[in-house]
Amino acid sequence: MTVRAMTVVGYDLKLALPLAGFFLVFFITPLILLVFVSLHADPEMRSFGLNQFGRFLSDPYSLKVLGHTLVIGAATTALCLVLGFPLALLFTRSPSWLRSVLILIILLPLLTSVVVRTFAWIVILGRLGIVNSALLTLGLINTPLPLLYTEGGLVVALAQVNMPLMVLPLITALSRLDPNLADASAALGAGAWRTFLRITVPLTLAGTIAGCLLTYCMSVTAFITQTLVGGGQMLLMPAYIYQQAAAVQDWPFAAAISVIFLVAVLAVVMVFNLLGRLAQSVEHG
Amino acid sequence: MRRRGDISGVSFNLTLGGLAVACLVLLLLPTVVVIIVSFTSGYSLRFPPPGYSLRWYVGLLDAWQLQFAALNSFKVAVWTTGLSVLLGVAAALGIARSRRLSATLLDSLFMSPLILPGLAFGLAALIFFSLAGWPVSLVTLVIGHTIVCVPFVVRTTVAALSQLDPALIESSASLGASKFYTFRRVTLPLIGSGVLAGAFLAFMASFDNIPVSLFLRNAGVDMLPIRMWQDLESLLDVRIAAVSGVMVAATLVLLVVMERIAGLSRRLR
Repeated sequence: MTVRAMTVVGYDLKLALPLAGFFLVFFITPLILLVFVSLHADPEMRSFGLNQFGRFLSDPYSLKVLGHTLVIGAATTALCLVLGFPLALLFTRSPSWLRSVLILIILLPLLTSVVVRTFAWIVILGRLGIVNSALLTLGLINTPLPLLYTEGGLVVALAQVNMPLMVLPLITALSRLDPNLADASAALGAGAWRTFLRITVPLTLAGTIAGCLLTYCMSVTAFITQTLVGGGQMLLMPAYIYQQAAAVQDWPFAAAISVIFLVAVLAVVMVFNLLGRLAQSVEHG
Repeated sequence: MRRRGDISGVSFNLTLGGLAVACLVLLLLPTVVVIIVSFTSGYSLRFPPPGYSLRWYVGLLDAWQLQFAALNSFKVAVWTTGLSVLLGVAAALGIARSRRLSATLLDSLFMSPLILPGLAFGLAALIFFSLAGWPVSLVTLVIGHTIVCVPFVVRTTVAALSQLDPALIESSASLGASKFYTFRRVTLPLIGSGVLAGAFLAFMASFDNIPVSLFLRNAGVDMLPIRMWQDLESLLDVRIAAVSGVMVAATLVLLVVMERIAGLSRRLR
C-alpha cells in the first residue's frame, strides 16, 4: 500500500481508544485485582503472603486437578485433530453444493448452546442412552456400561463441542495449499500417503497449530461440559475455581487457583505460538 | 511403480474417508438425538423414546421460570451486542490498517478474552465490582459479557476492512467526499456484512454465556443457560429437551439466514 492510500484509507488509531479504555477498566484492572487478592494469606484478607500459592503447589490433590485438566485438554485436542483433518481435507476436495452442506454441519455445533450440546451427550452416554441400548440389543453386554462421568466420555463430548474450532482453520490452511504441489509429488512417483505426510501435513502446519491452540484453550475451560459429562467425582480446574469462590467463599484461594490456571493456559499458548512461528519458517523456507 | 501408488491411494482414501465420516457422525449425532428425544411421550430421556408427542413443547407454554430466564438472557444479549458493535467497529477501524506496534498490541489485547478461562475472568470481575462498591445487576452482566463478546465483532470487522479495496475510498476522497461521508456511503456498506456476522456471533456468545454470568448476576436474575444447567445437574428434566429443541431450531434458522446474507462461514476462517 502506498503512503498516500495509507493516509486516505487509514482511520485514526484514536478510534480504538474507547474500547481500549473499556478493556483497561473492566478487563485489565479486574485481572490485576485478581492477582492482588490471591496474594493474601487468609480468607478475611487481613495480611499478605504467598500462602495460597504454597497451599496449591504443595497439595497433591490440587496438583492432580491441574494435571488432569491439562491432560484432558491434550487428549481432546488430539482426537479433534485425528478426526478433523480428514474432514477438512474432504471439504476442500468436495464440489460446491456438498461444501455448503458440510459447512452447515460444521458450524451448527459451534453456534448451538453449550448446555444443549452437553445435554445431548447425557442422553447418548447415559444408562438408558443410545450406546448402552445398542450394545444391550446386540447382546454384547448384559448390564449397562458406565459411560457418563468417565474420562473417555468427557473427551468425546469435548471433542464434539470444540471440533469446529479445529476444522475451520484447517480448511483455510488446506484451501491455500497449491494443488500443483500434490500433483507434482504424484507425478514424481510418490504414493498418496507419502504425498500427504511430506507435502500436505508440513505445509499446513501453521493452520494445524492455530486449530490445536483454540481447541485446547476451549477444552480446558469448558466448565459446563466438564461438570455435566465429567460429573461431580471428576473435579477439573474451572469447577475447582467455582467451588472455592462460590461454595467455600475462599476468595484468596480461588483467586490463586485462577492465577495458576491463567499462567498454565498462557504457557501453553506461548508454546503453540512458538511452534506456529517455526512452522511458518518451514512453510516459507 | 504405478501399482504401488494405487494401493497406497486406496488405503489412503479409505482411512481418511472413514475418519471424515466418523467426524461428521460425531458432529451431527447430538443435534439429531436432542431433536428426537424432545418429541418423546415418556417421562425419561430413554433412547429411542417409547412414543412420540408434543407434550413437552406444550408444557413450555406455562413454564414461566424458563420464559423469565430466556427473557433476561435475550435482554442482556441485545445490550451486549449493541455495545460490542459500537465499541468494536470503532476499534477495528482504528487498528485494521495500522502497522504500528500499538495497533498490534491492542489487537492482541482485544482478542485475549477468547483464549483466557472465562470463569477466571468472571471471578476477577466480581472482585472488581464488589471492591468498587458496585452491586451486581443487569449492568454488570452487560459489561462482563461485552468483554468476552466484543472480540468476535473486532475480528470480523478487521477481516472485512483488510479486504476492502483502498482505490474505492481514494476515489471517493478525490471526488471531494468528506471522510465521514465516505465512511457512511462507501466503507460501511462494504464492511456491513462483516459487522453483521460479528454481531451475530457476539449475540450467540452472550445468550449462551455461563462462566461470566455465574459471578455477575444477582440471585433474582435468572439466565436461560444457567437455569438449564442447574436443572440438568439436579434432575434430568425432559422439559430441557423441548427447550433444546426450540434452541436448535432457532439456531439452525439463524445460521442459514446469516450464511446467506453475511457469508458467515467465510468470516469464521
